[in-house]
Amino acid sequence: MKPLASLKQPANPVLIFWIAIGLVGFFAVPWYGVEDFFKFEWLIDGYPFDADYAPAAFLLGQAEKLWLAPLILPLLAPFAVLLKRKSDPLYARVLIVAGAIGLGWIILQGFSIGIRGWNFGWLQVFFGDLNDRQYGMGYGGMLVAVAFLFLFTQGIAARGAINGDVFVVSSISGIVVIVTIFVFFPIAKMLTAAFITDGGGYSLSVFASKFFDDRLWGLGCLSGGRCGVAWNSVFLAVLVGLITTTLGLIFALVVTRSGFRYKRALRALTVLPIITPPFVIGLALILLFGLSGAVTTFFSDAFGIQPTRWLYGLPGVLIAQILAFTPIAFLVLIGVVEGVSPSMEEAAQTLRASKWQVFKTVSLPLMRPGLANAFLLGFIESMADFGNPLVLGGNFDVLSTEIFFAIVGAQYDQGKAAVLAMVLLCFTLGAFYAQRFWLGKKSYTTVSGKGDSGMHPHMPRALSIPVLALAMIWAAFTMVVYAMIFYGSVVELWGVNNSLTFKHYITAFSFRFEESGIRWSGAAWDSFWTTLKIAGIAAPLTAIVGLITAYLLTRQTFAGKNAFEFGTMLSFAIPGTVIGVSYILAFNVPPIEITGTGIILVVSFIFRNMPVGVRAGIASMSQLDKSLDESSLTLGANSWQTFRRIILPLLRPAILAALVYSFVRAMTAISAVIFLVSAEYDMATSYIIGRVENNDYGLAIAYSTTLIFVMLAVVGAMQLVVGKTEIGRRMSQSRTNV
Amino acid sequence: MSINSKAAPVVFNNVTKVYGKDVVAVDNINLKIEAGKLVTLLGPSGCGKTTTLRMIAGLEMATKGSIFIGDSDVTLLPATDRDVSMVFQSYALFPHMSVMENVAYGLGFSGFDKSETKDRAVQGLDLVGLKGYGDRLPSELSGGQQQRVAVARALVLEPQVLLFDEPLSNLDAKLRRQVREEIREIQQNLGLTVVYVTHDQEEALAVSDEIVVMYNAGIAQIGSPRDLYDAPADRFVADFIGEANIISCEIVAVSGDTATINIAGFIHTLPSRGLSVGPAQLAVRPTRLIMNAPSGITVTVQKATYVGSRMEYTLKAEFGTLFSVSENVDEPLKVGQSLAVGLDKIGPVLLPKI
Repeated sequence: MKPLASLKQPANPVLIFWIAIGLVGFFAVPWYGVEDFFKFEWLIDGYPFDADYAPAAFLLGQAEKLWLAPLILPLLAPFAVLLKRKSDPLYARVLIVAGAIGLGWIILQGFSIGIRGWNFGWLQVFFGDLNDRQYGMGYGGMLVAVAFLFLFTQGIAARGAINGDVFVVSSISGIVVIVTIFVFFPIAKMLTAAFITDGGGYSLSVFASKFFDDRLWGLGCLSGGRCGVAWNSVFLAVLVGLITTTLGLIFALVVTRSGFRYKRALRALTVLPIITPPFVIGLALILLFGLSGAVTTFFSDAFGIQPTRWLYGLPGVLIAQILAFTPIAFLVLIGVVEGVSPSMEEAAQTLRASKWQVFKTVSLPLMRPGLANAFLLGFIESMADFGNPLVLGGNFDVLSTEIFFAIVGAQYDQGKAAVLAMVLLCFTLGAFYAQRFWLGKKSYTTVSGKGDSGMHPHMPRALSIPVLALAMIWAAFTMVVYAMIFYGSVVELWGVNNSLTFKHYITAFSFRFEESGIRWSGAAWDSFWTTLKIAGIAAPLTAIVGLITAYLLTRQTFAGKNAFEFGTMLSFAIPGTVIGVSYILAFNVPPIEITGTGIILVVSFIFRNMPVGVRAGIASMSQLDKSLDESSLTLGANSWQTFRRIILPLLRPAILAALVYSFVRAMTAISAVIFLVSAEYDMATSYIIGRVENNDYGLAIAYSTTLIFVMLAVVGAMQLVVGKTEIGRRMSQSRTNV
Repeated sequence: MSINSKAAPVVFNNVTKVYGKDVVAVDNINLKIEAGKLVTLLGPSGCGKTTTLRMIAGLEMATKGSIFIGDSDVTLLPATDRDVSMVFQSYALFPHMSVMENVAYGLGFSGFDKSETKDRAVQGLDLVGLKGYGDRLPSELSGGQQQRVAVARALVLEPQVLLFDEPLSNLDAKLRRQVREEIREIQQNLGLTVVYVTHDQEEALAVSDEIVVMYNAGIAQIGSPRDLYDAPADRFVADFIGEANIISCEIVAVSGDTATINIAGFIHTLPSRGLSVGPAQLAVRPTRLIMNAPSGITVTVQKATYVGSRMEYTLKAEFGTLFSVSENVDEPLKVGQSLAVGLDKIGPVLLPKI
């Protein structure tokens, strides 16, 4: 249309780029996986002819792995249309066919041929013995697969899908593909694992025998015995949900509807769960109430009460989870409680309702969907929690720990782990589904963006006194617990020798200056650096995937958008232990063979934390007026340029937030990590759990304290930076959107 | 070098836009907008005018039919590739870019080199009277100035068609008149094709070469401001553009182009506009009623309001009430007074009976 546009070379630079990537993947880099993705030793170790490091083309040249040969044709086919115009129907057809065939063939050969040759008996019968094998794909396979995918998306874009927008089509397909590979594929693999017999066949009875096991569903506790783990989990989760919701509501009421002076300090509580590794609370409780805990010793010295192990079991896990998840409920409910329009309450007051009547008949009913929401969140978090039950569970088994012991314990029963994981997944998905579809549309909060001139009335006095008292007690308890964590880290041997020492810090984090530089001699450094590295790699990737997804969800309309949204948010409801089990099952064998590497940790973090990035992105993108994008488009920018030059700069705060949160969450995660770490890639949290299991509490607590301070520093730094940018943006926005 | 026009006509052939499965926003419209003309899309909210505008911009794609800009079929072309620019209701200035960067934004994608981009942007700002404001941020400008930056940003691309989506709705009444005159002036000086959406009929009458009145996803009437005001095609247009008394009447005879009508006993002749004998409706502007005429409709004054420059009367007739305006403020009619109201020679028009 534009005179200048018509002068453009018909050869499309994006097309050239993806053709080149495909060729590089096939001809230049090792086709199969190398030992370590981030190290490049292979370059000097027999490349390009050594069969382990050879690119596909060199393998074929040596007459090996001949099943890769058919890929050449679809790789070269796009050259035929390089000089054609996009509107030429041939252009679209060639790219679609080449991309689909290439991608299809890669998947087909990947699943058909594995470490032992043919993966399926009937292939062997049909084609005879292969006498060859292949391992997981590496750089080459990845690049070629990506190239085929994006050649395919260019083809469908050229055919006019989504207004022919290559960027949007490619982003949607890219995200669908990676979510399929790293969320749905492992889950599916896990589901099938539940039906596999010892002999390798599939059988429903195997599943049934594991599923209807008494250890899972037994109701012995009703008659004084022990209940199944499923009931334990549900019972615990319901209790945690109810209590955290109540406490969360109490805190929210104190902050919004009381004359309490130190509201800001209460708000600071919300930061705690973000920076605390999940099991640390459990450790602190042991220091307080364990056999040699401070409180226990005090009572036994003062009143002669015999110390017991009451903490280990339901009470301990319950207290730890309540401490850990109350701030989450508070975070949800503060929004709900503030969201109730003051004018409603004022209207009720003018209609002659007393304060108590206003609260009972107007405020509380309006908060009801929010309360249900907080309950479900607490339920999901408790179900998924792994660290606290592991540390404090004792004989009280829950699903998440049971899964862990099925995989790592002496029993090593993948099928059982898969069945348990399925049960856990059904519970959390059920709660997630209820939260989204039953409550999603049922919110009475009245946030319109316009200022509602009015004040929330204070609580009635009869309510405010107990509420304030409870809040104070709980806040004090939380502070004691956190003080305990710090104090415990500088005590020689808790309960036995209470002299102060920095010994644990020195064991963990000592270093020496030597001629060759600093020598990190402390025991914790290895896992500490690994954690920083993995979290540092995962954070930007998480933010990118999250923000692109948010962009697609808020700014584009396409068929299947609801399913797309559900799929991307789903990983939020998949407990870490389930992710861990399913990743082990799915990625231990070709075509994607990454267990024991750093990649699997990075990947698990990306998909565990992606919903955080998506939510941050959606929240801030829906504040940007859509006319900004549209005016950029009418001024001649395409959607990629609009995304890069308009959306991204305006989203800087959201990007930072997504970055920091995914970084911090990657550092504190334990449930998925503990399945995926290896000797080479040990993470801080799994190292600490290891110390706890060896009863080396001093070191574990010193390390946890260090982590808390590191993360506090990171979150603090972020809030400084983000706080500033946000003010600047808000000011300019308020004027432009008059 | 200066900012020129590459004005091109816009043609809609049987264009339909359906949202979702069955929400018809625009229903089978045909439209031709001539090059170099300022055409307004006017109508109540929800009539499809903004959808029509966005289909010209390429922000919405037509479900059926075809759209031409100049000689080319742009039906399937996305916004990025159309030579059209648009001034948004919210202005949509990029808050993180200076005024100069905003104006230069589109030029960067059109293949201009750096110095030419700068020259053009400076010229664009000059044209809207904002010379020297280039380094400011949009947040440091007043509403009217922001509006001009938005216009400059669209103008410098020399688009084939320039679109305005209710550009004045965020301005106060005084500024509105001034800015609309400036827009009209720039359009006429450069000879641009402008499509302009508004729901304010006075604004439409003031700036347009041609007005497209839209109603219920379709086009009610296309014509010059004068045509629409003096010869509305139907009751909706008569009512929507200015005020009109709609009076039921009976056509008793038609000879040639002239019809004779009977309104509650009062006989009047006027152009027949293709209607034949039978019941019809008469649209009369309040200013086209002659008070105290020698012969006319018998009415009594029900309400008399003094509004400074004129008198406004509500008159009660046998068939209902009439609204009338009189310049004569010195000798107002009295409430309760009976009189005969005649019809002006031009102004009253016959409309088909609904």
